[in-house]
Amino acid sequence: MTMVSDAPALQQTSEPADNAAAPSRAARYARPLLGILLPLTLALGWELVVWLGWSNGRLVPPPSRVFATIAELARSGELVRHIAATLWRVSLGFAFGVVAGTLLGAISGYWSLARRLLDPTVQALRAIPSLAWVPLFILWLGIFETSKVALIAVGVFFPVYLGVMGAILIVDRKIVEVGRTFRLSGFAMIRRILLPAVLPAYVVSLRVGLGLGWMFVVAAELIGASEGLGYLLLDGQQLGKPAQILAAIVIFAILGKLTDWLIELAAAPFLRWQDAFGPAKGA
Amino acid sequence: MLALDRVSKTYPNGVAALARFSAEIRQGEIIAIIGGSGCGKSTLLRAIAGLDRASSGTVTLDNEAIASPHAKIGIIFQEPRLLPWLSVADNIGFGLTDLPATERREKVVRALERVGLVDKAQAWPRELSGGQAQRVAIARALVPQPEVLLLDEPFSALDAFTRRDLQDHLLDLWADTRPTLILVTHDVDEAVVLADRVLVMRPRPGRLFDQIEINLARPRDRNSPLFENFKRSVLTSLDRSLDRSVPDRDATQGPGQAMWW
Ligand SMILES: Nc1ncnc2c1ncn2[C@@H]1O[C@H](COP(=O)(O)OP(=O)(O)OP(=O)(O)O)[C@@H](O)[C@H]1O
Ligand SMILES: [Mg+2]
Repeated sequence: MTMVSDAPALQQTSEPADNAAAPSRAARYARPLLGILLPLTLALGWELVVWLGWSNGRLVPPPSRVFATIAELARSGELVRHIAATLWRVSLGFAFGVVAGTLLGAISGYWSLARRLLDPTVQALRAIPSLAWVPLFILWLGIFETSKVALIAVGVFFPVYLGVMGAILIVDRKIVEVGRTFRLSGFAMIRRILLPAVLPAYVVSLRVGLGLGWMFVVAAELIGASEGLGYLLLDGQQLGKPAQILAAIVIFAILGKLTDWLIELAAAPFLRWQDAFGPAKGA
Repeated sequence: MLALDRVSKTYPNGVAALARFSAEIRQGEIIAIIGGSGCGKSTLLRAIAGLDRASSGTVTLDNEAIASPHAKIGIIFQEPRLLPWLSVADNIGFGLTDLPATERREKVVRALERVGLVDKAQAWPRELSGGQAQRVAIARALVPQPEVLLLDEPFSALDAFTRRDLQDHLLDLWADTRPTLILVTHDVDEAVVLADRVLVMRPRPGRLFDQIEINLARPRDRNSPLFENFKRSVLTSLDRSLDRSVPDRDATQGPGQAMWW
């Protein structure tokens, strides 16, 4: 993940630009540049080492060869196909996981009877290392898309469930009382008090869930796939092409960061009111 | 009229926070409730607000029993409790959603003018000072025009200067529609400046100990000898309420008991 270190740049977008002492253009880019410095130095150093012939760079290919591989894959159209396959799986799994996690988390958080009924089971299931489900899913759902999406959904489900339930449980009683003094009905209370109150924690749990989704798509695609970035990894290992493995890793990093950023971007307008130490951060 | 008839509250843990509290409060009257810490002032206020149920006894507003929050009763807490995700204007309009948008906006603007925060209309609550935030809370509670406004130590977290300012401000706002005000306070000065009547409570179990009518014309001069006199009598009563050797005046003989229906 060190390859893409534009995180500080993203924080800037969520900060109001009305800062009295608006940083100069140079200063604004200096901070993210600082983060890129280390990986960039390492990459250039390695490039130099290989270029000077001190190493043949066969097992650890220099950046130029990794990017050449990416360019090659892109030219042949392979890259788009693999990215599309992986993105599709993550999106589907993420969608299912988020819907299930949000629904069950909300029910458990809002309704204590349901929590007593449901939560112990969910917690027990959570204790199972999720990869242990793989054989079962393959047996039940086949080795094609369904079992992969299911595995990703499982990975996304737990952080979202926990995040939603936990956020509802810690909503400030004092704020809820304000709603009560204005005689909000159950539904209005949810819409006007609970929903905005849990939103920051919810966004964090979505980002954690997405991170796990990306983790699990690799697992799912390593198990058996004919396309996808995980397949590229496996293919690169079996055919002894480290440049292809690194290319896939770089693309994972970019996609992971990009999708995370999309969530942050979509949530930002709803979270401007926050009075926190720093902008809410995912894991 | 707000009538409290033998209101008692025993918490589930067995604490008798309030015992047989009775009082009658005229429409438009300003009541200050004063008493030692833990003598059940907040408990009483929450029972009147309908936030907590009394274990026994009744609270009635114009012959209507109060068991849950009521449109005619507003409350201001010790902390402003603004909703952090709403702008100042939206916070003030929070209780007005039943009204058409234009009418709502008008009322909010008028309230903003009234509490002197027009320039903060679009600010977030986090951008307000403590006193400003409490002013927004007052506006939010007043804008639906409650008949009874309850205030639980609303100014106790503010510095003396801001507190005085807001006390005067509260009286100003009160004069607009003259709701009944019931104000819990620790500050004798505040009680005498604001109230028509001071109710002194005594703890364990929380009950009414004494009532002092403040027959002073408004605006009241904090430095007048008369003002000092009233302050002294409230203080004396407060001291006696905390002195265990002083017997209870039989609270059931108080004027609050003259209820025959
Ligand atoms: N939710 C609760 N559960 C149990 N006991 C409570 C609860 N709230 C208050 N009490 C107890 O009831 C008594 C009265 O509390 P209350 O908050 O009404 O006092 P108060 O007069 O408002 O005190 P203060 O001036 O310190 O605010 C106290 O002894 C307190 O410990
Ligand atoms: Mg209190």
